[in-house]
Amino acid sequence: MELLYASCVGLLVTCGVFLILRARTFPVVLGLTMLSYAVNLFLFSSGRLTLNKAAVLGYANEYADPLPQALVLTAIVIGFAMTAFVVILAIRGRADLGNDHVNGQEISNNKKGKA
Amino acid sequence: MIQHLTSLPVLLPMLAAVILLMPPCGKSVPIRRVASVIFSSITLAASLLLLANVKDSGTQVYAIGDWSAPFGIVMVADPLSVLLVSLTSFLGLACALYACAGDDERGAFFHPLLQFLILGVNGAFLTGDMFNLFVFFEVLLIASYALLMHGGDKHNTRAALQYVIMNLVGSAIFLIALGTLYGVLGTLNMADMAHKVTMLQGDDIYLAKIGGLLLLVVFALKGALLPLHLWLPNTYATALPVVAALFAIMTKVGVYSIMRVYTMIFGEHAGELSLMAQGWLWWLAIATILVGAIGVMASQDLRKLTANLVIVSVGTLVAMVAVQTIQASAAAIYYLVHSTLVSAALFLLADLIARQRGKVSDRITAGRPVTQPLLLGGCFLLAAVTVIGMPPLSGFVAKIWLLKATFETEYTMVFWPVYLLASLAVLLAVSKTGSTLFWHHTTTKTPDVAEQNRVHPAQYCALLMLVLASPMMVIFAGPLSEYSLMTATELHNFANNLSVVLEGGQ
Repeated sequence: MELLYASCVGLLVTCGVFLILRARTFPVVLGLTMLSYAVNLFLFSSGRLTLNKAAVLGYANEYADPLPQALVLTAIVIGFAMTAFVVILAIRGRADLGNDHVNGQEISNNKKGKA
Repeated sequence: MIQHLTSLPVLLPMLAAVILLMPPCGKSVPIRRVASVIFSSITLAASLLLLANVKDSGTQVYAIGDWSAPFGIVMVADPLSVLLVSLTSFLGLACALYACAGDDERGAFFHPLLQFLILGVNGAFLTGDMFNLFVFFEVLLIASYALLMHGGDKHNTRAALQYVIMNLVGSAIFLIALGTLYGVLGTLNMADMAHKVTMLQGDDIYLAKIGGLLLLVVFALKGALLPLHLWLPNTYATALPVVAALFAIMTKVGVYSIMRVYTMIFGEHAGELSLMAQGWLWWLAIATILVGAIGVMASQDLRKLTANLVIVSVGTLVAMVAVQTIQASAAAIYYLVHSTLVSAALFLLADLIARQRGKVSDRITAGRPVTQPLLLGGCFLLAAVTVIGMPPLSGFVAKIWLLKATFETEYTMVFWPVYLLASLAVLLAVSKTGSTLFWHHTTTKTPDVAEQNRVHPAQYCALLMLVLASPMMVIFAGPLSEYSLMTATELHNFANNLSVVLEGGQ
């Protein structure tokens, strides 16, 4: 389970970083989303990966660590708001600058149309 | 009431922001302006009250919902955080006042956003919990994103987009660092983390080190430390000047976090991990001062120049954090207050000068003379003398103290030449800017159209508040330096920090 979990987080981070380094806003936004998924999974695992542990105190001797779950919940909410904001900003940038390059300008004309 | 005082600098701006959005204030501009200024004044009063309270009776710990540390989130009002909270509230009041002259109507919701920003900054200073610090970082960031776009044009959108993406990546790294640290230490309360770090063994030490240094990346990004400072000049120079003035405190949030984390959690008591970031911090800080100084020399307009001055001040502050002595921390605290106020003042001045010079704006070239040379020139002279660090103003006191704190230590040979050279660069650049802006004219007559751009009384008040803070910091240098020393002593007093937070929470 640990291996699968860790590879998932690793894969998501890899994709996220790759996409963030793109020059267009749409891949960058996707990359940020992937990165935040990876972060959420990672945070969740900081309470250790266990199976069949009680979520509520007093029902079993062993219980799951509640704090990472609270942290993930907060991180999801904040990440959601931030993603919404960056999407709107990207749209506005597209409208204001006439293209969706993160630097606000095309590097050269022959690259037009390529992602 | 008095035991809830600690939470007021956070609750009051939140209440203010909500009220400012609701009907009587949301509909009418004059009411909104008056309400915003009144609320900012109340926040400032509460912060000063808290400051006086902490000065008399020591660190106050406020357990939210009465859940005591380390299980609940606590707010810790120690001398350092209340000083910075008061500084933020003061700056917030000045900016609210300044914006009343018309800047607030160039976009929507200026005043509520300003209050949210103050809420975030005050919260970040007061909280005693790492995850809560993250939450307040996000609060202040989202307010800052919106403020950055306020009344903006194309260039603004581009700078804002880059700023937002940078900070979102920063937030992701922050969370990864917190996850690592929580996995190793099992707590996110700062005092409890400092306690647990001393007991680490085996491989956990390296994991904690990874987490701790990832945190450094985040704080370096927020504080604009060398390799991560590139966003700052563009962002600050394209934002509305009143917003940039308000942002003067935001890099200080990063510096404050560095100070807190690497003095308290990974400080000299942390066993294997003690002072783990100091080597990095020191050289990065020195390089930041140098790059900032080069930026100052190369700046084409007054706002970019001020933005680069902010970078120099961040470098200086972080260098002092890396030195890790009580004297150095005390000097850093005095310098922090001084540099925040003077950079805010310079941003506001840049705005006023740009308005009166018409097309040339605040670019450092000959243009038409300003309409009110005496007022603006006088203020610029005061601010320039302060920022250069010439006697008799606060910059000089801060500079002497910084040099004294590093005198006859292993740091002297590096810090003295670098800092003095940077000061020289600032002196040259600022004096050249001043003489070009006020004395080199392409035309001698001031056109009548500039009449409407005369300094508004509200702008005048806000500017004077910030500019006159420097002479006040010299007149009251005695009590202030005493307070800075007390703050630094408290910051380095490891055992006391722990016992107050972990046992005294109520």
